[in-house]
Amino acid sequence: MIINLIVLIPIIAALAIGLGAEGRKTALFAAGVNLILGVIVISELMRRGGEALIFETAVVVLENPKLTLGFAVDGMSGVLVLLTVIVTFCAVYISPEKAPDGKVKLYHISPLLISAGALGAFCATDLFFLFAFHELALIPTFLMIGFYGHGRDRVAVAWKITIYLGVGSLVLLGGLIALYSNLAGAGSATFNIAELTAAAGKIELDKEVQKWIFLPLFLGFGILVSLFPFHSWAAPAYASAPTSVAMLHAGVLKKFGLYGILRVAMPMLPKGFEAWENLILILLLGNIIYVGLVTVYQRYLDRMLGNSSVMHMGYAFLGIACVNHIGWNGAVLMMFAHGISIALLFALCGSLRERLNTLELARIGGLASKVPFLAVCFGFAAFASIGLPGFANFASEVTILFGVFDGADEIGDLQIAAIIALWGVVISAVYMLRAYRSIFQGDSTRDLTLVRRDSLNRVPIILMITILLLTGFFPNLILSILPS
Amino acid sequence: MTIAFIILLLPLIAAACNLVFLRKKADFSAYVSTLSAAVCLVLTLGLISKGNLNDLGSFNWIKISNFELNIGIELQGLGLGMILVVTLIGFLVHLFSLGYMGDDAGKSRYFSGLSLLFSMTGIVFADNLAMMFIFWELVGVSSYLLIGHWYHKNTAAEAAKKAFLVNRIGDFGFMIGILLIWGAFGSVNFGEIQESLNNGTYDKGLLNWSVFCIFCGAIGKSAQVPLHVWLPDAMEGPTPVSALIHAATMVAAGVFMLTKVLFLIEVAPTAASVIQYVGAITALIAALMATQQNDIKKILAYSTLSQLGYMIMAVGFAGLLSGGKVLGEEASNAGFFHLYTHAFFKALLFLGSGAIIYACHHEQNIWKMGGLIGRMKVTSFTFLIATAALAGIYPLSGFYSKDAIMTIAANNPVLLVIGSFVAFLTAFYMTRLCVVVFFGRARSWSAEEAKEVPFLMLVPLLVLTVGAIFAGQSFSYGWFVAPGKIPHPDGALLPIVLTLIGVAGIVSGFLLYRDRDKEPYPVRILSNKFYLDEIYIIIVQIFQELVASVAQIIDRYLIDGLLVRGGARLVTTIGSVLRGMQSGNLQGYAFLFGVGVILVLYIINAAIG
Repeated sequence: MIINLIVLIPIIAALAIGLGAEGRKTALFAAGVNLILGVIVISELMRRGGEALIFETAVVVLENPKLTLGFAVDGMSGVLVLLTVIVTFCAVYISPEKAPDGKVKLYHISPLLISAGALGAFCATDLFFLFAFHELALIPTFLMIGFYGHGRDRVAVAWKITIYLGVGSLVLLGGLIALYSNLAGAGSATFNIAELTAAAGKIELDKEVQKWIFLPLFLGFGILVSLFPFHSWAAPAYASAPTSVAMLHAGVLKKFGLYGILRVAMPMLPKGFEAWENLILILLLGNIIYVGLVTVYQRYLDRMLGNSSVMHMGYAFLGIACVNHIGWNGAVLMMFAHGISIALLFALCGSLRERLNTLELARIGGLASKVPFLAVCFGFAAFASIGLPGFANFASEVTILFGVFDGADEIGDLQIAAIIALWGVVISAVYMLRAYRSIFQGDSTRDLTLVRRDSLNRVPIILMITILLLTGFFPNLILSILPS
Repeated sequence: MTIAFIILLLPLIAAACNLVFLRKKADFSAYVSTLSAAVCLVLTLGLISKGNLNDLGSFNWIKISNFELNIGIELQGLGLGMILVVTLIGFLVHLFSLGYMGDDAGKSRYFSGLSLLFSMTGIVFADNLAMMFIFWELVGVSSYLLIGHWYHKNTAAEAAKKAFLVNRIGDFGFMIGILLIWGAFGSVNFGEIQESLNNGTYDKGLLNWSVFCIFCGAIGKSAQVPLHVWLPDAMEGPTPVSALIHAATMVAAGVFMLTKVLFLIEVAPTAASVIQYVGAITALIAALMATQQNDIKKILAYSTLSQLGYMIMAVGFAGLLSGGKVLGEEASNAGFFHLYTHAFFKALLFLGSGAIIYACHHEQNIWKMGGLIGRMKVTSFTFLIATAALAGIYPLSGFYSKDAIMTIAANNPVLLVIGSFVAFLTAFYMTRLCVVVFFGRARSWSAEEAKEVPFLMLVPLLVLTVGAIFAGQSFSYGWFVAPGKIPHPDGALLPIVLTLIGVAGIVSGFLLYRDRDKEPYPVRILSNKFYLDEIYIIIVQIFQELVASVAQIIDRYLIDGLLVRGGARLVTTIGSVLRGMQSGNLQGYAFLFGVGVILVLYIINAAIG
């Protein structure tokens, strides 16, 4: 029941805003309630352990094949639900009351719908709704970029991401259909994920079949996570998107692809992964090393952050490629840590955008003495993002790496990939410290106009930093509810 | 909560308090930090005098079924000496800073950073490699914050960034080493690794690689060639910081870490000889560069590099030597012994230089000083003692530790010659510094007006002088390492020759630099540090700019241009045919969504049918 509420509340609030309720207040209220519910869900998972699904509810839509609109959480969904409600709360909190063009309704409805879509996708017990809810979340994302985005080319960018993610979803859908028809053809006509996983374990599809179903599934999910070389939608989209949407998409919605791989592709098609392992290792190195170098080259802060988030997804893929619980749990922790830290960075980037007439790194300088609070918070966020001990990001990276080398008394392809991937920690330090140095330290540039703003929204910023530190000091808070 | 955990956490709490609550109350935050340093010192003394050091506490940080990473505390042997050095010098530097940074605008921030440096204790306490790495990185951050303390100065901001990035390169190797060890032994706990090393078989080649990779961490943190370039630049930070981080504790962490993994070095002879030579080359190159520097702190910085090279070289002898001999513990004790004595006299030299800089109105060029011995009697006296200790003059502490190192180095004639030459250079450049700064006439108004620093700043100098004199005596170190286990030269030959070498350095430095007003013998290649920085900048530029811009081009034209736009064009073409003339995001997306739904319905239909 509580999960149904979590999914429904943002939708109800969106409806209320549509019918004339006050935009920001309603949204913030709904997000606040959801935040509390999310914490309740997590504490219940801590009490009962995250191995089994809890809070399960279901409404049967179709009898044969069995299609049910049902929700439930286990450890992995629970972590992502927590991530979603936190980022939603913060994103709604920093959204200004007045939309740039006065069309307040859409401006406040969209983040709620993105949030509801993500929550529905993470909690759906049914393959069809897992897919459908994610699609639901994408539509407001496109609309927000098109209507309220930054920059002259925002419509083009909105188109680009529409087509890109649309194609990704289609490929994914093809894979899902192939998966379903192969498993259902063998006697279990159901869309229920747990039942399908059990069936996949029992039937053991032929290796060749697994291989060719896994590919579209992995690429489809992968495109949604900006897997190299299908990543080039991400940076421009995040640079153009309104702050709240950049936070929600980069922080939450992008994790759907990783979730799907861990929930559907890996458990149901283990041999499919084996067949493509080397390709996947090369692609994830593309994310880390290649996109990392592209990130170093960025001249605008928003683009740099967008690329950095693409880069970090490579580590999540590395965790998935471990095919053991250490790596997988590390990947889930990384989704959580990265989700919060990138949302934090985009929130800070947004408030810099409000204060400055440019985000071009070379033209900003010496801001630390002018906006000290922002400078300190950006420092925290930057260090979190480059994986400094004390922040959850470090805990997740370490867990993934230890997962890679677990029991590895010989150096295989996976280990070599991880060693190359480790160079990414140097690359990410280069671009982050370079950006920090040019924005906050050194001389202040003369042609810089600093717009006076009302004081920064401190609550969400401090909340996100606190959560990163808390889960960094005590990663077992998250890890203990994941299956092991 | 054990005492050890309080020592570990108290400074972090102090730093957090300063950051969150006391940003506007600078004086108060300085006292909070100093008090926490004092409490740490007292608790440490209590802890090590208690003798019973079993079960100091452990905290489970990460647990996934059998895989566990712990913050576990272990304190024994050389670690006891190290923790004393860290807390004692840490406290003295806090004290000195109360005076030196008294009027600084960012005082509260400064003391937060200083407190954070106590994460050094975590490196000493660590009972496993993962925990060591965690605190290793935190120390790096503290160094970043303190070097960049005057962040509005471009040079300071650049130096801070450089220090962090160069250290990250070293840490890249360190982490690989840790992972290789974890893969091979299934544990990162020092005790457990040692146990399975004794019991089981292991891949020799892989072990050599792991030790080499772990050593990379030390190359970064202890600023060895080729990653030494960050340390001289790091002198942009406030001088007390240099005393603490860049002389006594942080840079010594690399040496300490090597003594912790001694049992691995012993069975990895190839990696061990790499360690020897890296140390020796660093000692030589840095000493050469030190002879031509004009900034008082830079001279000391290069001197530190050179002495760290000594220590690293000595530890490298722990591996299997060509004659089948294994020096093991003896070699690492020699390296650590020098770390221990060096911590006192080098911290003293840095704080002394801080006092001089403070008195000379922040003048750092030695050629603008002169004749200070008459105006700053106490400071000059302590500085000269420290210089003599560094030069290895009997019976000061440096004499004994240098003897220990050279006794070890005698096992390899090449390194013995290099080491002796470095000893000569050390005495030479320190004499040059002292002659120019303390004797002769004052060469600028700032030196003429210099007067002795306040008493508060003299206290740390005097305490450290005691250390610089007596740290080499067995009563000073005997409680953490048995005096018999520190190598002593067999006959009187080595000490006599080394003393003569030291005296030769002092005499030649005195004769060449007496009554000079500017550098009489400029050697461009040395004063320009072998042009290594310039070479690195070129390499980095080529790598970064070229590779990154090529990547950018590929991204823009190949991936975006062909793959994406091509695909997009295909989709839009099909889309526009079907949709007629309408356009807009929602429609485009609705189309794709619709196709999807139809496909699903079709499949469901097929399944039912």
